[in-house]
Order: sequence, then structure tokens, then C-alpha cells
Amino acid sequence: MSEKPKFAMYWAASCGGCEIAVLNIDEKILDVDANFEVVFWPVAMDAKYKDLEAMEDGSILLTLFNGGIRNDENEYLAKLLRRKSKILVAFGSCACEGCVPGLANLSPAEEIITTAFHTVSTDNPNGVHPQPTYKAPEGELHIPRLLPVLKTLDQVVEVDYYMPGCPPESHQIAAVIDLVIQVLQGKAELPPKGTVIGAGISTVCDECPRKRNVKTIKSFTRIFGQPLDPELCLLEQGIPCNGIATRSGCGARCPSAGAQCIGCYGPAEGVLDYGARLITAYASVVDANEPDEIERILDGIPDLVGQFYRFNLAGSLLKAGQTAWKPNGGNGR
Amino acid sequence: MTGGNGQKPVEERIGVYVCHCGSNIAGMVDVQEVAEWAASRLKHRGVVIGRDYKFMCSSLGQELIEKDIKELGLTRVVVAACSPHLHEKTFRTACERAGLNPYLCELVSIREQVSWVHTDRVAATSKAKAIVSGGVERVIYHAPLQPLRVPIHPATLVVGGGIAGIQAALEIANAGYPVYLVEREPSIGGHMAQFDKTFPTLDCAACILTPRMVEAGTHPNITLLTWSNVEKVEGYVGNFTVTIRKKARKVNTDLCTGCGICQEKCPKKVIDEVYEAGLGYRKAIYTPFAQAVPKYPVIDVENCIYFEKGTCKACEKFCPTNAIDFKQEDELLTVQVGNIILATGYDIFDARKISNYGYGRLANVFTSLEMERMCNAAGPTNGQIVLRDGKTVPKAVGIIHCVGSRDRNYNNYCSVICCMQSLKFAHLVHERTGAVVYNFYIDMRTPFKDYDEFYQRILEEGTLFVRGKVAEVTDAARLPGEEGKLIIQAEDTLAGKQRRIPVDMVILSVGLEPRRDAKEVAKLFGISCSANGWFTERHPKLDPVATMTEGIFIAGCAQGPKDIPASVAQGAAAAARVLGKIQQREIELEPVRASVNQAQCSGCRICNGLCPFNAIAFHEDRMVSEINPALCQGCGTCVAACPAGAISGTGFSNEQILAQIDGLLLLNIGEEAIA
Ligand SMILES: Cc1cc2nc3c(=O)[nH]c(=O)nc-3n(C[C@H](O)[C@H](O)[C@H](O)COP(=O)(O)OP(=O)(O)OC[C@H]3O[C@@H](n4cnc5c(N)ncnc54)[C@H](O)[C@@H]3O)c2cc1C
Ligand code: SF4
Ligand code: SF4
Ligand code: SF4
Ligand code: SF4
Repeated sequence: MSEKPKFAMYWAASCGGCEIAVLNIDEKILDVDANFEVVFWPVAMDAKYKDLEAMEDGSILLTLFNGGIRNDENEYLAKLLRRKSKILVAFGSCACEGCVPGLANLSPAEEIITTAFHTVSTDNPNGVHPQPTYKAPEGELHIPRLLPVLKTLDQVVEVDYYMPGCPPESHQIAAVIDLVIQVLQGKAELPPKGTVIGAGISTVCDECPRKRNVKTIKSFTRIFGQPLDPELCLLEQGIPCNGIATRSGCGARCPSAGAQCIGCYGPAEGVLDYGARLITAYASVVDANEPDEIERILDGIPDLVGQFYRFNLAGSLLKAGQTAWKPNGGNGR
Repeated sequence: MTGGNGQKPVEERIGVYVCHCGSNIAGMVDVQEVAEWAASRLKHRGVVIGRDYKFMCSSLGQELIEKDIKELGLTRVVVAACSPHLHEKTFRTACERAGLNPYLCELVSIREQVSWVHTDRVAATSKAKAIVSGGVERVIYHAPLQPLRVPIHPATLVVGGGIAGIQAALEIANAGYPVYLVEREPSIGGHMAQFDKTFPTLDCAACILTPRMVEAGTHPNITLLTWSNVEKVEGYVGNFTVTIRKKARKVNTDLCTGCGICQEKCPKKVIDEVYEAGLGYRKAIYTPFAQAVPKYPVIDVENCIYFEKGTCKACEKFCPTNAIDFKQEDELLTVQVGNIILATGYDIFDARKISNYGYGRLANVFTSLEMERMCNAAGPTNGQIVLRDGKTVPKAVGIIHCVGSRDRNYNNYCSVICCMQSLKFAHLVHERTGAVVYNFYIDMRTPFKDYDEFYQRILEEGTLFVRGKVAEVTDAARLPGEEGKLIIQAEDTLAGKQRRIPVDMVILSVGLEPRRDAKEVAKLFGISCSANGWFTERHPKLDPVATMTEGIFIAGCAQGPKDIPASVAQGAAAAARVLGKIQQREIELEPVRASVNQAQCSGCRICNGLCPFNAIAFHEDRMVSEINPALCQGCGTCVAACPAGAISGTGFSNEQILAQIDGLLLLNIGEEAIA
């Protein structure tokens, strides 16, 4: 048993969907069990941080790390798992590029807490405010401290591979697990460090079955409440589909089902800033010359950050909004 | 997750050369310090030598680089001097002479971007260092490039058969190369064919023009396509494919002998707005003038009775050779050419726009073009200068210069030829009618050979000159002697008073304007127009007949107002440029081009409609886009637009740009170094 290579999976600032996606690979999960010794996976088994700390450095072969680095506990675990693992995979959009939790980078940490605990939508009659330390009769208790901004995994530790998706598609996870097993059996080789695995190098349009023409956009509209041509590219129908800029690999599930791509697979190969790419692309095909008309067309996109950076703000060149940076002095490059 | 730009370990040997540009740069930047700084602080980035020199672009400056390449084995060169627009080529060529691929040289600007725009010497010097550092980081990522070579098709398309176009066509044809001369009117000749005499020599326009027209019409190397329009232009320098619509003449040119009987017999008279400037008539079947080339008439179907009512056919009945062919259809021709010359000329300013001069309202106010027709012996009045009634000879004539030119309300520019044309009319009116002639001018502009002498001559002939702008031409008499006359109200700035001068006839020297369709024509051929609408030359002084689009040249008034000698000179110059290209057989294109990574392209088609040079094609079968490298001009539009990051531009890769930014921020020597 101890001869089997060791496997770990951890969740930091994430929703848990990535874990479900791994379980969603059905009977393939038995292959994981057959080929690996699972040493640390909080969602699936009981394990203590101290057990992990006690392990020899580099003794875990493969760690799938999902979630962004939002607090000091996330950061500690990221560093710890980095030390203990030979192969560290940033697993899912949060670890790769921050994902939805990364949108909180628009506001300072303190403001996030205030919003969560002290606005009308919160039922908090006693005005409870979270404290990092608390003296209980049993002794002093600590809860993790929020970092000034959410960071992606590779902004904190070195990452070997990236696996995008919110969550990664199960068939892609299965394929990656297959690959690792083949490598273990000496039948395949690992890709070069830094590779994005479990995804394509083009964009969602590449897998999208919809017909397309030379693009000109006269207006943007939202998806509901109007008849859409089921065969024509959504973007050409004014639906702001992010498929043009989003890495392929999902099989174009959303546009195939009639909903626009919202970008969960992140930027395509070689693209530095997903939102910037998308903005230039949209701007290039907006069919108007008059400033007023251009403005009118762009007003059809109600939430600009949500449209262009929903999954990518923390991993973008901007990384965070200015206000989030200031009070804590930023977090360096 | 795409990560920053890891610094590439450097194996390159880089030379840095900082130019003083006399005191242009050295006056604000401590150039010596910059050079020394680069040599010491950027040593670990591969810089093996840093030099400063008075004029890097001088032969001695260039030799400095060449010598270092050979002796120090430089593999990259950074020159910190002026804008790449000026001297990129100079330094690239210097590198090439020393055996280094020219594209391994980077020119960074510390003049336009530093010394000329700053006032603090210390800060300017720091900025110059940062810019040099950016250049060093960037040049590491440069790759040796080879220019693209494409063959040049030996045929040339000339658009517009005025004097400029005729000249260009003849020069090329005489050199032995084929020319397609496309003219939209039924005959070539342009404006010059309308004139009687030409300034300053007063030789007869037809006498000097028709031999050229005939030569162009019969030249074995010239395919003359009149009554034709260019509809589509595809391709690129050396290899244009041009689609030309040959409008149906409704006359079979194989049979027609040009006898003119049809024109005589045709019952339908039409006011000739083009050739006769509205002053005379032509028939529905017509050649614009007797010496027209080609001699074949055209039927103007919009005015022909047969096409309107289905009967008439007088022309057909009388034509001795059965040449009339009512069923003839437009023909679409596709021709291959290597180069294109646009010589589409000008339109005249619409004098109706200045309502206080009364053109169109007061019968005896004429435009200069009408005047040309009136003076012409073959014109509507057989060369008699008479009032609108066709018989009365004027006793006093006023000629107004600068109508629509040099006027903030109309055209700001000087139309160049109006002063001379007004002097010409003064002479002709004087000679033919003996009338008193008044010329109203703002400034007299008679430069060029023999022009001012012509002015002196007109002064001696007794023409009266009033210096000042005419306020109004009116028929409302106020003073005795004004009844039945046109009164010209003007400020005489020399006499310092307002004057009212009664005359019988007024000639408006209208200015020249870009063709009404100049913008569409420019778009069709992929060139640009100036703010005033004239075709834009590549360089106003040093490259007046080339355009920013390779293989497209301009000549004559299409480029701006000018006289016949200048139009002819430009026609010949454009021809010389084209011949130079043809004789190279191949052309070298800058290798700065965009290309699509076919594996990364998703076929989203965002880029498809964006290329100003139509270089991007979409392959429906493979669902990918591809760029034709010979068409691409490396503008970068598509590179920025591609959301998949599938398009990259040589010389402007992400690595190069990011490395340059790192260098600018001095990340290569540790952030603390930022001044
Ligand atoms: C009243 C007047 C008097 C003048 N007198 C003199 C003088 O005495 N001496 C002198 O030196 N200069 C004189 N000039 C100036 C002279 O007319 C110009 O310098 C000369 O005609 C310019 O020649 P061009 O070939 O450039 O243009 P144009 O003569 O305008 O010829 C252009 C030709 O292109 C054709 N064309 C236009 N568009 C197209 C198209 N899209 N496709 C195909 N064909 C097209 C037109 O039909 C025309 O035949 C005078 C100008 C005016 C207005
Ligand atoms: S619908 Fe979306 S994914 Fe499909 S082709 Fe259009 S833009 Fe691309
Ligand atoms: S058919 Fe037309 S062109 Fe011929 S004579 Fe009659 S009106 Fe003139
Ligand atoms: S924009 Fe990019 S991905 Fe889209 S078709 Fe053009 S090259 Fe391909
Ligand atoms: S770089 Fe410019 S010229 Fe070249 S293909 Fe792209 S858009 Fe066209």
C-alpha cells in the first residue's frame, strides 16, 4: 500500500464545485484509489494539518489545489503543499485566475467584512464583528485573517500545471488522471512545466457548432425574452458571448445549449489579459463611428467587470481594483 | 496564470550607440553618461560596448557600428537617437553592410521622446537611460528576418486620361511596357481639351494636346478604355487584379468609322454639362469634341429617345456601317497590373455657393470654364466673346480672382492657377473685344518660369487692376451710368476706398476642388485624402507622387491644384517610379507582417472585416483565418483584435513588448534603480 504514489487535494477560497467535479468522474475515481494513496483530501477524508506537516518534503506525487488565496490559512496551506508535493496543479478557475471570489479584489478587505456583517441584508442584531483572535475558556482561538486581496495560486507559490474551468469538465479531469497513471506506468511523459492541461489552446468558438459570418455588432442585448436563431453565432445576434476569448476545452457547452459563454476556462494560450483581449475584440467589431452611437451600443453591456473579468480579475494584469490595493500597500508582482 | 516575462539568459553581444544629434539631444541629455551607464549597468544583459557620437547617422557614425560588429562580434545593436521614421533604415543598412541581419538593430528615440520634450537635464538623462534599457531588453528578442520578395507584373493601370494620365501612360508605353488607360468620359483629354489658349505662352491647347491624345490612342502598348470605370481593386503591389466596367457605348467600334452622321441626325439635344461646361449642346449620341480619342461616339441612354420611348433609331437608320447596337451590354474586364497611377484630376468650385457673386442668377456672370469654352474657336460661340444673349460684345469686363479659394468660408487653400488663368482671360478679352478689363485680385500670384513676365505683359496691355476682395456683383443700379450693367462692389485696398465698377460681363475665376468622388476613389484604391480632400502623397517634399500604399502612385491635380507643366511633370515622375519598380522585376516587402497561428485560431471571424488592406481570408472548410503576407502591411490592427491571441506581428511579439516594458521600468537591474 505504501508503495503507491501519494495524492492530495485541497480547497482554499473556492465554492466546492471543483471537488464535486472530481467526484463526478464516476468509476474513474476507483482508478485514483487503485493507483494512488490518498493522504490528504479534507472533503473526502479526515486528515490533520499536523499529519501533513510531518510528511517528508516532496513525498506527495500529485496535489490538486483548488481555490484562490484569500486568507493566511490558504496561504499557509499553499506553501505547505508546495513543499510536500512533486507536482502541484492549480486546479480550477479559482486557483488559476481567482474566479468569482477574485471579484472581491475591487473592494478593500475591511469593506468586504463590513458589507457582509453590517448591511441591511444581514440579520445581525448583536452587531457581531469577526475577530481574528478570541479568548475562550479553553484558551485563545484563532480564525484566519483576510489578506488584502485574493491571489491566484501562482502569485503565492510556484505552480507546475494549470487546469482551468469552473469547474474543470469531468471528462478533462478523467483524461488528466489517465495521463498521470500512464506516466506512472512509463507509457507517457509529462508535459513541460507551466503547461495548461485538460484544455485546448484555441477558444470556445473552435468547438462551437454555431455558424458565423464576418462580425459587425450594432447592439448588445441580453439572452432572455427574445427569439434567437438556434444556429447562428450568439455574438452576431448581439449576445455578448465570451467564447471568442475563452480557452477551448469545455466542448462549448454553454453556446451549444443556447447560453452565452461567460468565460470560465480563462484566457487562451499566450493571452496575457483576458478582459483586455475581449474588450479590444468587441470594440473592433462594434459597427459605429459616432461617439454617441458607440456609447449606446456599449451601454448594452450592463456590468463591465462581470462581463470581462468575472473569472479573471485576480489573475489579470490589473490584479485588483485600486481601492483594494491602497489601504494595505499592495501585494507586489 | 500566464505569468510575467521571465528574463531570458543573454548570450547576445549588444552594442549601444547614443547620438548627440549635434546639440539636439546632447543639449538636454548627458549622452556620454547614458552610454557609459549602458556599458556598465547593462553589462549583465549582454551590452559589451556603449558609445556616444556627435552624429550617429553620418558616415563616420555608421562606420563606428560596422567596425564594432566586425571587431567585437556584436550580435545586436541599439541606437539611441531620433525617431525610427527618420533613420531606422540608415542603421539597419549599416548593420547589414557589416554582415548583421538588419532586423537585429533597434532604434530608440531619445530626441522626439526625450530631449525635445523635457526641460530638466537630470530627469531627461534618467529617462534616456530607461529608454535605452528598454531597447536593450527588446533587442534580445529580435529575430533575424528576411524581406519578402514578390514578382512585379509589368503592366500598369493609369486611371484618368487628362494630361497627367496621358503623359504617364505614354512614358511607360514608350519604355516598352503595357498600360491600361481608363477614362470615364467618352474621350481622353481631361480639362485641357476644353481650353482655348494656355498660359503663359498662349499656345493653342488643342494643338499641343491632340498629338498626345492620338499617340495614346494608337500606341501599341496602350489599351485605351474610355467610357469605363474601375469597380474593384484586389491584390497588392506587383500583383493587383483590377475589375473594370466598360460601359456599353451602344456603338460597335469594329464597324464605326467615326463619320459623325449619327450625331448630325440625332434629334435629341442635350445640354453638355461636362465638356461645354453647360454653355453648349451635344446630342444623345455624341463624341464630346471633334478631336476626341477614340473617335467612336457613345449613346447617352438616359437622354436617348429610343431608350426612353422605344422609337426613333435615327442614328441606326443613317449609320452607313450599321455600327449602332442598342443591345450592347456593359463588359466587365479583369486585368492584372503591377502598379497603379491615379490621375483623376479636379472639379471646379461651384460658384453658386457664393450667392452674392450672382452666378446662376445674373445671366452675364460666367465661370472660368465657361469662358474657356467661349474663347475656343470650336466652342459654342465659335470663339466670340459675347454676353449670354449670344451676340452682344461686352464693352467692360470684370474678372474676379480667388473665387472659392483662399477663403475661410469655402476653401482655405490657393488654387494655384487662378491668377494666371485670370490674366489669360484679360488678354483674350482685350484682344478679341477691345473691352476695358478690370482684374480684381487679393494677391497676385505669378511664380514659375515666364509667369511674372506674362503679368507684366498684361499690365502693359492696359488691363486695370483693383487690389481687394469683391463684396458683391449686382444688377441694382444706384448711380448714373450703372443702369443695365453689372456693378462690381469691391474694396480697393490700394486706393483705400470702396469702389463700384459697372461692367457688362463678369468672369469668376473659380478655384479647383478635389473630385466629388475623390474619397470613394481613394477608398477603392486603399489610399488616403488630405483634410481638403486631395490624395495624400507619401511625403510632401521628398515623395510627391507615391502614396502610403505600395504600388499606388498619384499625379496631376488629383494630388493638389497645379498647372499643366506641373501636372505633366508629375505624370512623368509617377511613370519613372513605376518603371523603376517594373525593372526590379521583384519587389522587397518589409518583413514586418502579421500571421495567424492556425492551431490557435478558433475561426471566430472577429478579425475578418478589420484589415484595411484586405489581407485576411477566412477558410470556410478549415474554419480558420489566414493572412496573405504580401497584402499585410503590418499595421497591427488584427493583432490587437484577435481575442484568441492567435495573431502575432513580427517585430512586435508579446515577448518583445513585455521585455521592453521590463527594461523601461529598469526591472533588469533591480527596481531600486528607478530614478
Ligand atoms: C479654367 C481653367 C483654365 C486653365 N488654364 C490653364 C492654362 O492655361 N495653363 C495651365 O498650365 N493650366 C491651366 N489650368 C490648369 C489645368 O487644367 C490643369 O493643370 C490640368 O488640366 C490638370 O490635368 P490632370 O490630368 O491632372 O486633370 P484633368 O484634366 O482633370 O483630367 C482628369 C481626367 O480623369 C478623368 N477621371 C476623373 N475621375 C475618374 C475616374 N474615377 N475614373 C476614370 N477617369 C476619371 C476625368 O474624366 C479627366 O479626363 C486651367 C484650369 C482651369 C480650371
Ligand atoms: S456563439 Fe460564442 S462560442 Fe459560438 S461562435 Fe459565437 S462567439 Fe464563438
Ligand atoms: S436613337 Fe437615341 S441616339 Fe439614336 S438618334 Fe435617336 S435619340 Fe439619338
Ligand atoms: S480573430 Fe483570431 S481567432 Fe478569430 S478568426 Fe481571426 S485569427 Fe482566428
Ligand atoms: S496587421 Fe494590419 S495589414 Fe496585416 S493583416 Fe492585420 S490588419 Fe491587415
